[in-house]
Amino acid sequence: MDKRSLEENFFKFLMIASTALIVAVLSMILLTIIIKGLPHLSWAMFTQTPKTCYYLGKEGGILNSILGSLYLTGGATILAFLLSLPITLYLNVYAKKGSKLAYFTRFTFDVLWGIPSIVYGAFGFTLMLVLGLKCSLLAGMLTVAFLILPIMTRSMDEVIRMVPQPLMDASYALGATRFETAFKVVVRQSLPGISTAVLIAFGRGIGDAASLIFTAGFTDSLPTSLFSPVATLPLTIFFQFSSPIPAVQGRAYAAALILTIIILSISIISRLMTKKFTRHIVR
Amino acid sequence: MESKGHIKVENLSVFYGKDQALKDISVKIPNKKITVIIGPSGCGKTTLLKSFNRLLDPSDNIKVTGQVLVDGEDIYGPNVEVTRIRKKMGLLSQKPYPLPMSIYDNIAYGPRLHGERNKHKLDRIVEHFLKTASLWEEVKAKLHSPASHLSVGQQQRLCLARGLAVGPEIILGDEPTSALDPKSSQHIEKRFLELKQQYTIIIVTHILRQAKRLADYVLFLYMGRLIEHGPADDIFEDPQEEITKEYIRGIIS
Repeated sequence: MDKRSLEENFFKFLMIASTALIVAVLSMILLTIIIKGLPHLSWAMFTQTPKTCYYLGKEGGILNSILGSLYLTGGATILAFLLSLPITLYLNVYAKKGSKLAYFTRFTFDVLWGIPSIVYGAFGFTLMLVLGLKCSLLAGMLTVAFLILPIMTRSMDEVIRMVPQPLMDASYALGATRFETAFKVVVRQSLPGISTAVLIAFGRGIGDAASLIFTAGFTDSLPTSLFSPVATLPLTIFFQFSSPIPAVQGRAYAAALILTIIILSISIISRLMTKKFTRHIVR
Repeated sequence: MESKGHIKVENLSVFYGKDQALKDISVKIPNKKITVIIGPSGCGKTTLLKSFNRLLDPSDNIKVTGQVLVDGEDIYGPNVEVTRIRKKMGLLSQKPYPLPMSIYDNIAYGPRLHGERNKHKLDRIVEHFLKTASLWEEVKAKLHSPASHLSVGQQQRLCLARGLAVGPEIILGDEPTSALDPKSSQHIEKRFLELKQQYTIIIVTHILRQAKRLADYVLFLYMGRLIEHGPADDIFEDPQEEITKEYIRGIIS
């Protein structure tokens, strides 16, 4: 074998090895959760609230955390979306090309993206003190909204940037305003990407524990009010793992399994939606 | 005031940042004729075309001096409502860009923006302009399917119909056949020759033979300057400037 084909084969090996490694890690995580969680998974887990205190209890289910997580992240996603969409449309439709403000905004979001979620938790806690809120669904929602805002905005920005300028020009040439072009053309053209961005942000938000420790609190009852504490899946996992009782630790794996299933379904839904939405798009 | 649809350019210069793309251009575009802008790549043809409907918006680091008068009104003047100017002109770009919606909605997009809500009227508009663009027979059975499913040639005719549906007096074409196969190009050229009865048409092209087939009036641009303009026969048969002669003989391109 000469040097060039040796080179070729070496890099091929390296690429396959790296891919195999990452797939192996993912499968090991999934296997661990399934093997340890599945025995503790029962219908009651989905339909009941904990019978005794979550830290010690082996009875009942975690419906409180499932609902809590869905409410909290759902609300946070809606809040973040209400900010993300106008921001990205401003950046891509209204801002001048090469605008300094747009550059600075993107840079800010990149920095915010990198900030650890525990810092958002601390920020959320400070905000609660200012607003006079206690640990609650609302406080958790606000904090997670801040956490996922940069993720959603930057992912949306990346797809909206791909909208070809001549397509926007075509709309302007027909006498459309920027507003009409933004909502009737740009949003429709990038709908697959926008929905993916929203779901990615949701997936990131529902899995985060650190931002919720100070802000959402925990409870054994179902979420009924914006202003009372709420249980969430990541914190259920966190608390139950710290329990000395092996059966409760098993329930943490079951909770992890449920959380993973939710996140997995979201990525599958986002892929299916992308397929459905792309039929109108010309590249 | 001169007759409707008349475009007049006076001392127009356009700067992209520090680069000057157009240098002091003054010309009158004749009505209800096909005016063809020719010249080598990068000479400012497209910039000149875009200046007519203000797609060069002064916001994006672009500076425009001089005047473009449409129906006697300086479109770069203050207090000009840009959507009203653009409504007067239909635009065909190099590559067709159907809007991300159905064939029907593509045509109805413009009329709807300008306030037409009546379903029957919209139906009539859609049918009428698809017929004008000679696309009706091919799409009448699938008006509500995505425009992206059409062939590129069909898409360009759709874009023509879409542009005509807002009731313009002027049609602008930026190398409108450059992405099309010969048969589709011929289709579009035929439409232009029919449409010049009713519309003032301005086309940018780098294909000299196409320019000869279509043009009634020719502008020759070189490095941002308007070197020569006049009736097509004069420019093609007896160009006055040396550089125009060289371009037409194919020495520079």
